[in-house]
Amino acid sequence: MSDDADEIIREKERWERETLAKALDGLPERKDRFMTVSSREIDGLYGPWDLPDFDYDRDLGFPGEYPFTRGVHASMYRGRLWTIRQFMGFGDPDESNKRLKYLIEHGAPGMNVAFDMPTIHGLNSDHALAEGEVGRDGVPCDSLEDIERLFADIPLAQVSTSLVIAYPPIPAMYFALAERQGCDFKKLMGTFQNDSFCRDVAANVRVLPRKAELKLCTDVVEYCTREVPRWYPISVVGYQIREKGCTAAQELAFNISDGIEFVTSFLARGLDVDDFGPRLSFMWNAHNDFFEEIAKYRAGRRIWARLMKERFGAKDPRSMMVRFHTQTAGCSLTAQQPLNNVVRATIQALAAVLGGTQSLHTDAFDEAMALPTEESLKIAVRTQQVIAEESGVANTVDPLAGSYFVEKLTNDLEEEALEYIAKIDELGGMLEAVEQGYIQHEVAKAAWRYQKEVESGEQVIVGVNKYIEENEPAIDLLKISHEMELAQKERIARLREKRDNVKMRDALDRLREAAERDENLFALTMDAVKTYATLEEVWDVYRDRYGTFKESSLLVDSV
Amino acid sequence: MSAGMEVIYSGLKQTPEMIAEAAIQEDVDVLGLSMLSGAHMILIPRIMDILRSNSAGDILVLAGGVIPRDDAEVLISEHGLSRVFGPGTDTNDIVSYIRENVRAG
Repeated sequence: MSDDADEIIREKERWERETLAKALDGLPERKDRFMTVSSREIDGLYGPWDLPDFDYDRDLGFPGEYPFTRGVHASMYRGRLWTIRQFMGFGDPDESNKRLKYLIEHGAPGMNVAFDMPTIHGLNSDHALAEGEVGRDGVPCDSLEDIERLFADIPLAQVSTSLVIAYPPIPAMYFALAERQGCDFKKLMGTFQNDSFCRDVAANVRVLPRKAELKLCTDVVEYCTREVPRWYPISVVGYQIREKGCTAAQELAFNISDGIEFVTSFLARGLDVDDFGPRLSFMWNAHNDFFEEIAKYRAGRRIWARLMKERFGAKDPRSMMVRFHTQTAGCSLTAQQPLNNVVRATIQALAAVLGGTQSLHTDAFDEAMALPTEESLKIAVRTQQVIAEESGVANTVDPLAGSYFVEKLTNDLEEEALEYIAKIDELGGMLEAVEQGYIQHEVAKAAWRYQKEVESGEQVIVGVNKYIEENEPAIDLLKISHEMELAQKERIARLREKRDNVKMRDALDRLREAAERDENLFALTMDAVKTYATLEEVWDVYRDRYGTFKESSLLVDSV
Repeated sequence: MSAGMEVIYSGLKQTPEMIAEAAIQEDVDVLGLSMLSGAHMILIPRIMDILRSNSAGDILVLAGGVIPRDDAEVLISEHGLSRVFGPGTDTNDIVSYIRENVRAG
């Protein structure tokens, strides 16, 4: 280390001995440990001593250039603000269509569609397991007819739609509608989440065995890489696993390991890394600890850039970029004193913006208890608009670069994440790590630790374990009527009658044959959905071929 | 640091009938339902009905998750649900509640 560096360290030690010790004598620190929400301990002061090796070119570089630590575009928000992309979907496709138009009207044009539980499981609204679930936490989609209703009056060529759904059926329905509207597939823009891992450990959503789900993900990516080149056919999502309770470093590591598994699968399919690389997108959580989150996004970009270049041999810089969507942490919202959630979402959104997100969803204040009303949704949208237009943070690129604290945190998060990624590699990759229960165990440990820290008061949640109010008044919440479920069931019955069932069965037969031969099922799925085969009928073909997921009872023993 | 209670995990994708049947067969003292999808007003009453018609109405039934207050009140007063433990619940409170309210014997 240089003489200057040594000098600073000596000065720091002097400061600690003299000035700091005196201050602590008069006023001891408030806590024994100052921790992030990930239980990472934070020091009182950061300085040059925390970055002895710092190399601007190597560690940061310039925005829009490898390793992209400072952002994926050279001008970032000076060129274009992040897209306000509010996740939404409920009731039935007509209700959700109204809500989409409401969002567009209020300056939030990024569409981001949630599907309900039965739909995500490849079940129609009239399946026994769908009882009571239809439209409760997303929009039901039983057939192409529902996609037509959902996007009524919306010209697909002029919008960028994100469909939060995996595997061919619903993407195929969207493209079928786009085709009917005469859209140029070479120009069509949007995203499919299409991530088979993100809801696995985090939400226990699995339909087929894991390898089959990965295969179907790959089918979607292969089809889009060849036919819809501007589409993002996958969004590698860390949001849910963070919601399940893991730490920021784990969110980075587990999601990037998912990404590694996907890239490996796409390469095995014969695609060139620079063909699909530029069309990979990501999604992160925006959790409570402001600086830890900012550092996380920056570390994520740097890790992925190096990985794609060094491990996968990408040559196109666009293959090395983490373009990402962010959603503020649903798990941080409280049912108690719900208006406080506006503040939480604001701070979390600000972190995402300072971290360089490309699109952003802010949770509504009532979402600890229900889906948003129009009013609570509007406040969430306005939150982003105030940040964008009034706070000044979008005036310059990566404003926190060079902060000793932020750069040190960025380094620490990268280091911790790389350790986990190496461990997962050792286990044979993410799919293996999940099959073996390693990921589940790590997440459960972290979640339990956090819960205990909340219960001991070490982690404060305003309104829940501090500043508690008794007898709070109830607030108006969105109610979803059971009538919409009944109407949806009737529609399916009518659909089965009015469609050409011979054509439909033919299409399903051809799909079945292709499935037997393990071909890419996307194009034939598109043919099938055009005949108004229902979602479940298509999924049954997949289920027949690949079997359904068998849950092994992985008991996580007491931590 | 467990609370000394045996827990049977029913697994996922269970219909109300399957859950109630498992609870009855295993002769449980407490049934805990985690409801995040908003389907509680349909599914919980159905489970309670099945338990009652099989003389298992004295099982302590608890729910947690995303259940708004007015729905919780209806489930408790009209359907026999014992308690809803919503977001922010301290795990120790659940344990104490069970100990104080579980049927004797």
